[in-house]
Amino acid sequence: MDTAAPQQGKLFQFKLVLLETQLPVGLLVLRFVKDQFDDYRESTIGAAFLTQTVSLDDETTVKFEIWDTAGQERYKSLAPMYYRNANCAVVVYDITQASSLDKAKSWVKELQRQADPNIVIALAGNKCDLSARRVIQTEEAQAYADEAGLLFYETSAKTSVNVEELFISIAERMPLDMLANRQRGANARGLDLNRPTESGCAC
Amino acid sequence: MDENYDVIILGTGLTECILSGLLSIEGKKVLHVDRNDYYGGASASLNLTQLYRHFRNGEAPPADLGRDRDYNVDLIPKFMMGNGELVKILTHTDVTRNLEFKQIAGSFVYRDGKIAKVPSTEMEAVRSPLMGIFEKRRAKKFFEYVQQYRQDDPKTHQGMDMATTLMRDVYAHFGLEPGTIDFIGHSLALHLEDSYLNRPALETFTRITLYMSSMARWGKSPYLYPLYGLGELPQGFSRLSAVYGGTYMLNKKVDEIICDENGKVTGVRSGDEIAKCTQVICDPSYAPNKVKKTARVIRAICFLKGPIPNTENADSFQVIIPQNQVGRKNDIYIAGVSSAHNVCGKDYHLAIVSTIVETDNPQTEIQPGLSLLGPIVEQFVEIADISEPTDDGTQDQIFVSKSFDATSHFETVCDDVKDLYKRVTGHELVLKQRKTQEEEQQEMAAAH
Repeated sequence: MDTAAPQQGKLFQFKLVLLETQLPVGLLVLRFVKDQFDDYRESTIGAAFLTQTVSLDDETTVKFEIWDTAGQERYKSLAPMYYRNANCAVVVYDITQASSLDKAKSWVKELQRQADPNIVIALAGNKCDLSARRVIQTEEAQAYADEAGLLFYETSAKTSVNVEELFISIAERMPLDMLANRQRGANARGLDLNRPTESGCAC
Repeated sequence: MDENYDVIILGTGLTECILSGLLSIEGKKVLHVDRNDYYGGASASLNLTQLYRHFRNGEAPPADLGRDRDYNVDLIPKFMMGNGELVKILTHTDVTRNLEFKQIAGSFVYRDGKIAKVPSTEMEAVRSPLMGIFEKRRAKKFFEYVQQYRQDDPKTHQGMDMATTLMRDVYAHFGLEPGTIDFIGHSLALHLEDSYLNRPALETFTRITLYMSSMARWGKSPYLYPLYGLGELPQGFSRLSAVYGGTYMLNKKVDEIICDENGKVTGVRSGDEIAKCTQVICDPSYAPNKVKKTARVIRAICFLKGPIPNTENADSFQVIIPQNQVGRKNDIYIAGVSSAHNVCGKDYHLAIVSTIVETDNPQTEIQPGLSLLGPIVEQFVEIADISEPTDDGTQDQIFVSKSFDATSHFETVCDDVKDLYKRVTGHELVLKQRKTQEEEQQEMAAAH
């Protein structure tokens, strides 16, 4: 289990979906989860999702289950299952690619159509370390984010600028009080299929 | 699309998606294509728009059904046996992490014009109206015999070898009445018709044991069901395939499976794009000239405004109408789920009535099932061919799966998966326990 989780206080668990428009995918999440920047594809083959924990204060810990698209977005073949029960989303674009903000906008639309209406969405303008090649201005993206009600950061997976800040601000935006009640009530995960077989016959 | 692959898989039904996942895990380069813009093929769960597109020519769904996205309507009526092969495959591949499951609340059987619950506890068995008191004693002896019977241990045989003794003769040995035989053969062993009576009993014993162990494992009924519908199963396995490098293309028409001069497959054409491969796996609809029709099945998907009568207000159920009860050769099945399973709008229930077609008027054949449902709000009827491949695919390396049959569970689907896997890879499927998410994370942390 996650050793970073505190022994006491409240632990909230959220599903976070990560939507990126540029290959290679997932560098941002890898920077966040492993504090690492290398060939993502190689190192995450076979990983259905990664988890990472952030502490908001001494009492409150938030654990993200981070789902990337596993490449299924490439030919518009993302399964509805991907969006199911997602509490939050990070939509990433590339500040050096003019078309990537438009793609990000279409992801936001897709999330609004498919995902839970209360989903918290963050927009991340990645590669802010490459400011010389910037083609999308901060003001333009900020204006869109404000209008659509999104959190907004410019990040760098390479230098880790704003990566942790992004995830912490998502955690802060989550309606924790409301969710605390729901998570307690609903024993949400359903049946555990790994439960061992019992012997004996009911008849 | 113009690339080289080891295997191209056509159709994203459950059979194809499980194979896709297994082959990707083994390092095969897989391209997985579907002509539809949704996952699941014949085993999909559709939202209202897709459902009305499929059955009603794209007519707009009535507004009072509620939101499109709340619906995941199964096209086939199946549940998972709680102790069956699909559960094993799901847990070993850790696809369970993507899904949530619920129990089906009860299993019922139609007898003498009434619905009775298949007992799930000793108390229910004692109170059950399905057998008289003396018959219950005889049945108890029979079940005790089945439970202790081990084919590899002659001491348990008590003089009868189930590999050779006919099931008919076993029933006679225990002196069971026709009604009880119907109950055991159809409600517990889940035979669709009566030809099993003249086959060795071991097959039926295995089926009864699966039913009993599934019931014992979860209680209430032997069946499990994934929240958001059966379509989640192929989606879960497709994600497994994708995280191991499988490429997915939905909404992609498939025009031709291309073979060389020796008749061996070399690729798949879509428009003027060609993807090359050495093997193709597909469902029967992608290889119509490589399959033969074995039967037809009628399925009526019904929207109901509440639980069906006489099922103790169960939010989900199976009702079996044994053929003898209604003068047929094949059983009629009803599978019911509801908004409790995130498959339809609040307060709605979905029921699928199905059977194997025996006459020229299949609609009339399912009437005994429909009449048990109470008022039906909407009804979508489909008559589908059940097909199987005409050859094993080893010559041309085109491996065709079987259609989903009329059984109420996925055991025969898993048999087909294993059989296809062996033909495709040349070796038996041995399920290895995949690492859990926690183990993966620890390993990644350690490697860093």
